[in-house]
Amino acid sequence: MIGLEHYLVVAMALFVIGVFGIFLNRKNVIVILMSIELMLLAVNINLVAFSTHHGDLTGQVFTLFVLTVAAAEAAIGLAILVCFHRNRHSIAVDDVSLMRG
Amino acid sequence: MIIGQDIVTLLPEIVLVLYAMVALLWGVIFTKKDSSEDSGRLPLYVTSLVLFALALWIALNPEETRLAFNDTFTDDLLARFAKVTILLSAALILLIGREFLEAHQMLKFEFPVLVCFAVVGMMVMVSASDLMVLYVGVELQALSLYVLAAFHRDNSRSTEAGLKYFVLGALSSGLLLFGASFVYGYSGTTQFVGIAESLTTESSTGLLIGLIFILVGLAFKVSAAPFHMWVPDVYEGSPTPVTALFATAPKVAAIILLARLLFEAFGEALQHWQLILIIVSVASMFLGAIAAIGQQDIKRLMAYSSIAHMGYALMGLAAGTPEGVQSMLTYIAIYVVMNVGTFSFILLMKREGRYVTDIDSLKLCARQMPTHALSLLVLLFSLAGIVPMVGFFAKLYVFLAVIDADLLELALAGAIASVIGAYYYLRIVYLMYFGDDDGERLDRPSSLVGQAIVIFTALIMVVGVINLLELTEMASRATQSLFN
Repeated sequence: MIGLEHYLVVAMALFVIGVFGIFLNRKNVIVILMSIELMLLAVNINLVAFSTHHGDLTGQVFTLFVLTVAAAEAAIGLAILVCFHRNRHSIAVDDVSLMRG
Repeated sequence: MIIGQDIVTLLPEIVLVLYAMVALLWGVIFTKKDSSEDSGRLPLYVTSLVLFALALWIALNPEETRLAFNDTFTDDLLARFAKVTILLSAALILLIGREFLEAHQMLKFEFPVLVCFAVVGMMVMVSASDLMVLYVGVELQALSLYVLAAFHRDNSRSTEAGLKYFVLGALSSGLLLFGASFVYGYSGTTQFVGIAESLTTESSTGLLIGLIFILVGLAFKVSAAPFHMWVPDVYEGSPTPVTALFATAPKVAAIILLARLLFEAFGEALQHWQLILIIVSVASMFLGAIAAIGQQDIKRLMAYSSIAHMGYALMGLAAGTPEGVQSMLTYIAIYVVMNVGTFSFILLMKREGRYVTDIDSLKLCARQMPTHALSLLVLLFSLAGIVPMVGFFAKLYVFLAVIDADLLELALAGAIASVIGAYYYLRIVYLMYFGDDDGERLDRPSSLVGQAIVIFTALIMVVGVINLLELTEMASRATQSLFN
């Protein structure tokens, strides 16, 4: 029998993979965009699992908001990435380093 | 009708969104594609006027607290205090930024439109009393700001700033959202009132995990250490008017949102979040004060300065008392005025017609423009919290509130950090008045609005000492509306 915990564990695993994808990846900014998407989708699994567990629709409504915002976020991220590529002719993570903090 | 009442409550936001969409359509239809001249002058002035008018309208609204859309949206004095500050600072920044934008061929009509959308996002943030509304407000604000950071799209620094801001901003939204999903799961509701109710009956670990994730996400947004790594790069790379915007309005929105979330939803869990806020606040104050010392670029210096100032504002919240919130509100309002003044001076810094931001270019500029140098001196003294200026009283109120809450060590740490921080502000003053002469000087300032705002904000820093312009009174009423 698959219960709430199973969903939460999957979501947690996906979320952690997403976070590590942002920090450990040294190759390519597109991979970072994918990792961000992975994090948001992990949250969606969480929300839907909680929503069915409570028998309350709010969580699923929240999921729809997250999905639309994630789409807008990906669009803007890609647009900024295109501008960056025009200037630097590269999308490698190591090249995002004109300024060092 | 019930829905009619809800719409009336949201009317300022609705008006601003409609205006932004009309301005966007106007720009698309009436801008000639091939003309090289900038299309943004008229929309910029009109937008600024609209923002001023909305600020006036919100300030004149009746005093009662209004709830809308099943209590997910609160329009109380706290929200109005924040909205007026946000609208005024955005309007002023549009005005002082015009010359810079024109000089870099960036004055497109999209600029004021994006500022409008960001401002709507911030207005929703400060009114949110539901996790869903909170998330949508934060994202509307953040998405517009990502684009603004990369607005100088032929410049590799600006696009790099946009990219960095986007990646770390998206990460922080992800953390915030993950926390929100846990809070929803363990309380069964997304409304702040409901969360507070479920905390009174039981204190579950799931709720606290959610709270910690949300706190981390919001600490990114207010640029508090140890989640500050994006701030210096983004401030340095973005076009200067956008940096000025970053340093003011979004900070107000994020910290007021944090106050509402902590006291309205998590008031019962005070002992759990107080320690986190204390650590974050001490870390920000010291990091801001120490890391700013070696900086050569004034925008980077202002980035560290804003990290440190957010530390003081969070200190007010960490007190966990109404007095703490009141001192935070006073602090943040004064901080915004000081930053608008300082950035309008930075936007006057030109050498041979080109904008410069290195601190060394300020050498001996007191001989060139004595009034402006004196105004900057006043603003910097105020930022450092030196005695006769308003900035000192802002810090004093925070320290008093913290001491009242039996956190003497926190106040001491704050005092030490502000002494360290005074060094780099005074270094600029030293350069302006006594730097060694290498023959290179700044140009005479040309922007009338910028000069007026520098001098005016400096005057506020001196004259305001008399009664702090009734600010504490307004802050206290705004705090009452949060705690009732």
